[in-house]
Amino acid sequence: MVSLRRDRGSLVLSFVVPIAFFSMFAIIFGSQHDTVGRVKIIVADQDQSRASQQLVKGLENEGSLVVLLKPAATKSQPQPADYTAATAEAAVKAGDVSVALLVPQGFGDHPIAFGGGAAGPAIQLLYDSSDQIAPQMVGGLLQKVAMTSMPATMAEEGMKYSEQYIGSYTPEQQKKMKDGLEQLQALQSRQDAGGAAPAASGASGDGGIIAVKPRSVVGENKNNPILSFEAAAVGVMFLLFTASGSAGALLEEAESGALDRVLGSRIGMTGLLTGKLVFNMLLAFTQLTLMFVWAWLVFKVDLPSHIPGFVVMGLCTSFAVAAFGMLLASMCRTRAQLGALSTLLILVMSAIGGSMFPRYLMPEGMQKAGLWTINAWAIDGFTKVFWRDLPVTALWQQVSVLLAVGIVLFALARRIARRWEYA
Amino acid sequence: MNDLSALAVAVPSATLPLEVDSLVKRFGNVTAVDHISLNLSAGECLGLLGPNGAGKSTLIRSIVGRVIPDAGRVTVFGFEAGSAAARETLGWVPQEIALYPRLTAKENLHSFGRYYGLTGSKLNEAVAWCLDWAALQDRANELVRNLSGGMKRRLNMAAGLIHHPRLVLMDEPTVGVDPQSRNRIFEMIEALRDTGMTIIYTTHYMEEAERLCDRIAIVDHGRIVALDTKEALVHNAFGSSSQVLARFEGADGKVAVWVAEHGGRMADSPTDSTAQFTVQHPSEIAALLDGASAAGLELMDLSLRRPNLESVFLHLTGRELRD
Repeated sequence: MVSLRRDRGSLVLSFVVPIAFFSMFAIIFGSQHDTVGRVKIIVADQDQSRASQQLVKGLENEGSLVVLLKPAATKSQPQPADYTAATAEAAVKAGDVSVALLVPQGFGDHPIAFGGGAAGPAIQLLYDSSDQIAPQMVGGLLQKVAMTSMPATMAEEGMKYSEQYIGSYTPEQQKKMKDGLEQLQALQSRQDAGGAAPAASGASGDGGIIAVKPRSVVGENKNNPILSFEAAAVGVMFLLFTASGSAGALLEEAESGALDRVLGSRIGMTGLLTGKLVFNMLLAFTQLTLMFVWAWLVFKVDLPSHIPGFVVMGLCTSFAVAAFGMLLASMCRTRAQLGALSTLLILVMSAIGGSMFPRYLMPEGMQKAGLWTINAWAIDGFTKVFWRDLPVTALWQQVSVLLAVGIVLFALARRIARRWEYA
Repeated sequence: MNDLSALAVAVPSATLPLEVDSLVKRFGNVTAVDHISLNLSAGECLGLLGPNGAGKSTLIRSIVGRVIPDAGRVTVFGFEAGSAAARETLGWVPQEIALYPRLTAKENLHSFGRYYGLTGSKLNEAVAWCLDWAALQDRANELVRNLSGGMKRRLNMAAGLIHHPRLVLMDEPTVGVDPQSRNRIFEMIEALRDTGMTIIYTTHYMEEAERLCDRIAIVDHGRIVALDTKEALVHNAFGSSSQVLARFEGADGKVAVWVAEHGGRMADSPTDSTAQFTVQHPSEIAALLDGASAAGLELMDLSLRRPNLESVFLHLTGRELRD
């Protein structure tokens, strides 16, 4: 007991880490009982008919969706145009959203697909198959919205079908139906103005009342959608462990007196730390390469077609994790301290950074917090390379962040290592 | 005791391997080095003796450039301590086994050689010389953690000499080794001296300093309290006097009174009746014997001892524990 109390590293690992982790998982998953995660989707209304506008309005009123009709305004484009089929598809491919709905021209002529077959063109649901939840959710909500937001349209469409298959109504019947339809439309307008959707009657999936044609625009030709994500996610987490363990050699040198001896030679502290950084970076890159080669050979992840992107992301990630390891080693006094601190930090970073489960499953706040981790940027970059097949130039954001993180962490490590330099 | 400033001008300063001028280093309220001045001639072996916490290690680390002094100056062959040129000419054997335990003896030497910029055949030659000097050729490919304590010590010394420095600082290189290994280390240091290398040797063992060092500096409370050859130190402290140890029967107060009356002092232990006298000439012993007999004291044992370096050390630094 006394030994445990004096070994702060073990103490932290024994009591603080489990509590920290329980709290983190409770935040990620526990919150989903209270609030449904909001899914961001793009809607491109090419029809602009009354029916399509009602549908879009219904989607906008849906609490679990965030509907984007146009890109966010920027300095260069203060008034961006509405999404088109092409820009919506590009946004899904770039990973801005997981789902886009294209409401085609002519949708309003025959919006309802009674009996499972559509008389008019079907809505296209473009999705990224790395997110296996959002497309299902949006598909179901689309049917629900059609049921609850478009009663007048449904009635009108029913009358058309009735006339088509049963025969024409008498003028008196037509007048009554027209009056009823107008009342229904007036009621629908009031509900739309109030912003509240009627009570849900349950979502339908395939074969719903609106014809939907789903199409995967990212990863349709991949062998296994989750594998390249997993390779990056798991890889980065273990790189962090390897880098901090390897950087711990510095502490052994300090403890044995070898560091003093080295600093008494030609090598200065900057030279020594730089040498260790380069070694740890190459070690991490080798580890990552082995992992992806294994994933390619055994699990058919397409490495050969993505070599440039892999090298760029691999080197930047390795640089950042090596600098992270150097910082931890320079902060700690002993190996035991380093072990405790690195385990705690790496597990937390991996949990909120997406190495343990995809970030899109997390609440929005947690997703934003994840951007403070190396894991999130590295995984985003590898996903762009292996999943979205984007060119190396599309990695500029991830590359910039990882390089900046590496430089800042290494500069901090160098600053803290001054304690070993002179007395 | 010698006048240190007089010693400092004995050799033209530009050629001196080491010049320490009024060096001061404080850690908080503690003055670890207090205005130390010291010069070393080429090929000289200087012993640094002092109790624990006397300031020896701080002085050594100041010479290596690992401690920034608060005042004063240290130059190595005319170069500022800690400068690249000073590091090139300086070898340092720390007290700890400052080696990589998971590397072999040879790999360790290669690593430290590269830290000094050695490459290719020069590095290989230096490694071979070190292994030969430390008598470790047949253990060259052994992991350091598997070597014996004596072998590690020898390798630790060799690593400090990999770049063939002209001045070597050895900080207690024989701590924790058996007599055979110590003897081997003495032979290694004597071999270095024969090549004309300048050496500073820190130790707690007086016989090591007596055997290896041309001059000895006794350091206490951050100052050099004496610096000279062994003979001069003894002479300066005790002149031509010798010590007489007399052990009496019984341990009563009568013995102590008589010893005090005759200028002696009792041994530190209250249960022991051994007295210590300082005599200028052995002929004075007869008078002591007569006096004891006249006082009715029964003498059990008598010995004459010439003062040695340990006597000087205890005389100058006192007998109280410092740890």
